[in-house]
Amino acid sequence: MHEISLCESVVQVIEDQALAQGFRHVRLVKLEIGRLAGVEIEAMRFGFDAVTRDTIADGASLEIIEAPGTAWCPHCQQRVEVLQRYDACPSCGHAPLELTAGDEMRIVELEVE
Amino acid sequence: MMCTTCGCGEGETSIEGHHHYHGHSHPLLDYGKGVAGGQVPGLSQARMIRIEQDILAKNDGYAAANRQWLASRGITALNLVSSPGSGKTTLLTRTLHDLQEEVPMAVIEGDQQTSVDAERIRATGARAVQINTGKGCHLDAHMVGHALTSLGPEAQSLLFIENVGNLVCPASFDLGEACRVVILSVTEGEDKPLKYPDMFAAAGLMLLNKIDLLPHLSFDVERCIDYARRINPGMQVLQVSAASGTGMQAWYRWLTDIRRPVVAGVAEPVTA
Repeated sequence: MHEISLCESVVQVIEDQALAQGFRHVRLVKLEIGRLAGVEIEAMRFGFDAVTRDTIADGASLEIIEAPGTAWCPHCQQRVEVLQRYDACPSCGHAPLELTAGDEMRIVELEVE
Repeated sequence: MMCTTCGCGEGETSIEGHHHYHGHSHPLLDYGKGVAGGQVPGLSQARMIRIEQDILAKNDGYAAANRQWLASRGITALNLVSSPGSGKTTLLTRTLHDLQEEVPMAVIEGDQQTSVDAERIRATGARAVQINTGKGCHLDAHMVGHALTSLGPEAQSLLFIENVGNLVCPASFDLGEACRVVILSVTEGEDKPLKYPDMFAAAGLMLLNKIDLLPHLSFDVERCIDYARRINPGMQVLQVSAASGTGMQAWYRWLTDIRRPVVAGVAEPVTA
């Protein structure tokens, strides 16, 4: 359940932003989480409600964009989609591939007032 | 040290020698001083703001500060991760015992509860501090920063950070270490690298421990190493038995090699 820590980190970033950008309340938090980031989306949703209580993001909705995992196949010389870190190339079967995206965890946007 | 605006106060974590793990409060959010410093018409209107910030940016900031603190003292830190029961503490106590004449060493122990492990470490004569994470399932760079100040490892030493036994959660948290070492024992499944790929993906070394037990098990060493390399082709693998001592010399050589450039980076020990 490191998702709780991740939610706490999200709240910290929001509090810093509140100081920098001068807002009082957050209505919506939009995150981008890669499929290979090792994050359970459901645990994140559960943690978010618990962790944001009595903070500036109390009651805020959480929107999570799940970003696909992509990797570079040195054999086919193309970018391919992967579901797991150790997936072989879906077109030629080559492994290992060079992971290019999918392990990101970002706060993308906030709706604030 | 590196704790200017830290967000602690979770209250569950404690570091030996500290009554509380910093009760310092969050910075005061002064809403009267908005962007324009006062009553801005329309301030209460909802608006969207782009942030594009990594969720772990804070942790990574603390990790960078730890890394700088360590580098300036020529200290090599290793983040030891594994499942519970892989033999991390036994491996450490043997290492501390065997190398204590040659290398200054210190240990940060992470566990949810008890200081049993730190006591085992201190019994070898090494300096150690225990972090209890309470309900937390991993160490983070902020806790480690506090532990560093409380421990005060010697300049040019080797610092072992024994993470909470867990192959999932510690994976995302950079502590400021020079290298992550994952320990897998042959009494576990050989497919663990595939089941917990994130942990293996970021490790520089895998220690396959308890190999003295191989004759009694059906563990396929080659297959395990193959799985690990599928996740992380560049990872080194050493087979050891902390109990019998088999393979430990190769581990000690690896420690010497990883330490060399860090120590060379600081010609004179920094006086604390």
